[in-house]
Amino acid sequence: MTMIQALRSALDVTMARDAKVVVFGEDVGYFGGVFRVTEGLQAKYGKSRCFDAPISEGGLVGVAIGMAGYGLRPVVEIQFADYVYPATDQIVSEAARMRYRSAGDFTAPVTIRMPCGGGIYGGQTHSQSPEAFFTHVCGLRTVMPSNPYDAKGLLIAAIECNDPVIFLEPKRLYNGPFDGHHERPVVPWSRHPLGMVPEGWYKLPIDAASIFRPGKELTVLAYGTMVWVAACAAEETGIDAEVIDLRALWPMDLETVLASVRKTGRCVVVHEATRTSGFGAELAALVQEHCFHHLEAPIERVTGWDTPYPHAQEWDYFPGPGRVGEAFKRAMEA
Amino acid sequence: MSEYPPLRLHVPEPTGRPGQATDFGYLRLSPAGAVRRPAVDTSHFDTQDLSYALVRVLDDEGQAVGPWAPQLDAATLERGLRAMMKTRIFDARMLIAQRQKKLSFYMQCLGEEAIAVAHSFALENGDMCFPTYRQQGLLLARDDVSMVEMMCQLMSNVRDPLKGRQLPVMYSMKRAGFFSVSGNLATQFTQAVGWGMASAIAGDTRIASGWIGDGSTAESDFHTALTFAHVYRAPVILNVVNNQWAISTFQAIAGGETTTFAARGVGCGIASLRVDGNDFLAVHAASAWAAERARRNFGPTLIEWVTYRAGPHSTSDDPSKYRPADDWQRFPLGDPIARLKAHLIGIGHWSEAQHEQTKRELEAEVAAAQKEAERHGTLLDGQIPSAATMFEGVYEDMPAHLRRQRQQLGV
Ligand SMILES: Cc1ncc(C[n+]2csc(CCOP(=O)(O)OP(=O)(O)O)c2C)c(N)n1
Repeated sequence: MTMIQALRSALDVTMARDAKVVVFGEDVGYFGGVFRVTEGLQAKYGKSRCFDAPISEGGLVGVAIGMAGYGLRPVVEIQFADYVYPATDQIVSEAARMRYRSAGDFTAPVTIRMPCGGGIYGGQTHSQSPEAFFTHVCGLRTVMPSNPYDAKGLLIAAIECNDPVIFLEPKRLYNGPFDGHHERPVVPWSRHPLGMVPEGWYKLPIDAASIFRPGKELTVLAYGTMVWVAACAAEETGIDAEVIDLRALWPMDLETVLASVRKTGRCVVVHEATRTSGFGAELAALVQEHCFHHLEAPIERVTGWDTPYPHAQEWDYFPGPGRVGEAFKRAMEA
Repeated sequence: MSEYPPLRLHVPEPTGRPGQATDFGYLRLSPAGAVRRPAVDTSHFDTQDLSYALVRVLDDEGQAVGPWAPQLDAATLERGLRAMMKTRIFDARMLIAQRQKKLSFYMQCLGEEAIAVAHSFALENGDMCFPTYRQQGLLLARDDVSMVEMMCQLMSNVRDPLKGRQLPVMYSMKRAGFFSVSGNLATQFTQAVGWGMASAIAGDTRIASGWIGDGSTAESDFHTALTFAHVYRAPVILNVVNNQWAISTFQAIAGGETTTFAARGVGCGIASLRVDGNDFLAVHAASAWAAERARRNFGPTLIEWVTYRAGPHSTSDDPSKYRPADDWQRFPLGDPIARLKAHLIGIGHWSEAQHEQTKRELEAEVAAAQKEAERHGTLLDGQIPSAATMFEGVYEDMPAHLRRQRQQLGV
């Protein structure tokens, strides 16, 4: 399956298993979503389970919270992560804090899906990676898969989770893995083992990292598209990097990260999002706090620049394997 | 030289500032009994005139007149009066407790008691209200809600059901159909619509009731809620409590000048009423009408309740800095308790003596509840929930980082 098909399968499987799961968003119903993730769901489950919504992100999340208060499990689609900001109040002030402020009287088991990330000539408002806005919010879970298998297992876990989940989907990975070599044709998921996705129900733990590429010389902390870029940089530099795919950004699997850094003594953090106060800052701080005596080099961060995501300069902005490889070398030379 | 005079920015002002008298002519009042009562399956279009008029039942002599006069028996009206009195006495008592530093903060609903109390009488068990911080009457009207529990929340003591996590008055009581109150204005208005949509998705017969103040209608969630309620024909009552003030800001700054908040509903395709919020009978009748509409799947109703915020905005507010001291006395719709009392006396089901007696009983009841609540502690004596509970409930299960932080605090 492609990542799109895997996500659709996750929705299909949970909707079939649990009548409380409802799916809605802009263009999500009849049309099946601008990326086709919800295609066929309305025809199969009816308009009261999968439906089109007005263009109001605050409204989508706000009504979802009310539905969750009733006892449903809403899955909301924000058309692009770049357009989640109108819903910030409902996400930060309401969904994230509902359980806490009501001492469990009400909860908000809402899943908020949103395509994120660049590499598609999306310009300023179809490329952003806003994960750090959400990892900073207590009460939220923030998740980002890097392949179809994980995408399905994590989305099912997100929908079944009783905490609100921000589910970020790197749209550059929707149809095939992408290692940053934009000059090469995309290899479809059908030719990749991680595109082998079981039809039925399965889920992955919502707070576990995976070791994407085992290695001995340095640890790379990455998620989403950058997992593929980091693995590519390892091959191209010949540096035996251990690439960890965080999958769950926050709360995260710190143990797997620390065990790796303690083993390698070097750490490079990679993300597409802008650098300052990005999630990489938290990762670097955690690693130095817990692995100070094991570190043999300063922790490197390779990220998007502190600029809005440009259009024409896409490949100067995107942290591709060249830039990531340079950071590997700096970490090894230090 | 331009042929046009220079443009000027219009900034609305209330007619009455401290030392002056408010001209309440801006309120579009209708005589009691004058406004028609359409069938519950009416279209939003047919409520256009109602959204600029004022549904009233009790006239100046305390008689119930016109098509909206509900067929309520005297016992129900007596219960309503009692619940309003209880709400006022509860507020007064908690105001004093705040001054004594037994709680940090309080918000009264003085003058607005009829709206929440009569509305709650028109709902059924299982319906869900999405209140603001000024609908304590929804809870105090219910016999199955203990004042002690509410006071424990206000005092953030060891029996506080919200474990000391929330500001006073931000109650949450699912079992009483009272959704968790948020400090962020207007958010719950949209959530109410979602709850109603969920009930429709589930094929249930329960309805939602959303609440918002005049000032907060300017938040985007107000508009959002109306749009979603209309689009999905959600079984929800959208209540706008127009008490003329948002802290120091007159309702004209919220967009009330030369128009009404009810009219917004019609513009969004929602049947809308504008109702005398200090008239217990009118509140009950309009609420019951809207509830019936929702339950019969005819869709949402918006109701603007015209009332007056008689007290300070909160214990942190001093209204004498921005409005006339005698404003409430001059407000044409009076006091909801006095008006229902006059009606009940007029129909021979109440007396001054009964009123005084009931007041004394309720004062004793509230005082006893306070004594009981204080046994579990107040902010003043520091008997508060343990610091360890601060880390619980952020997530369903406590993640490792919160366990570490709890350890760091040493609790
Ligand atoms: C989003 C947001 N902005 C500002 C505030 C601060 N605030 C608290 S109450 C209030 C006034 C609300 O007035 P209104 O909606 O008319 O309700 P009322 O207090 O009159 O019942 C304001 C501005 C807030 N709580 N939330």
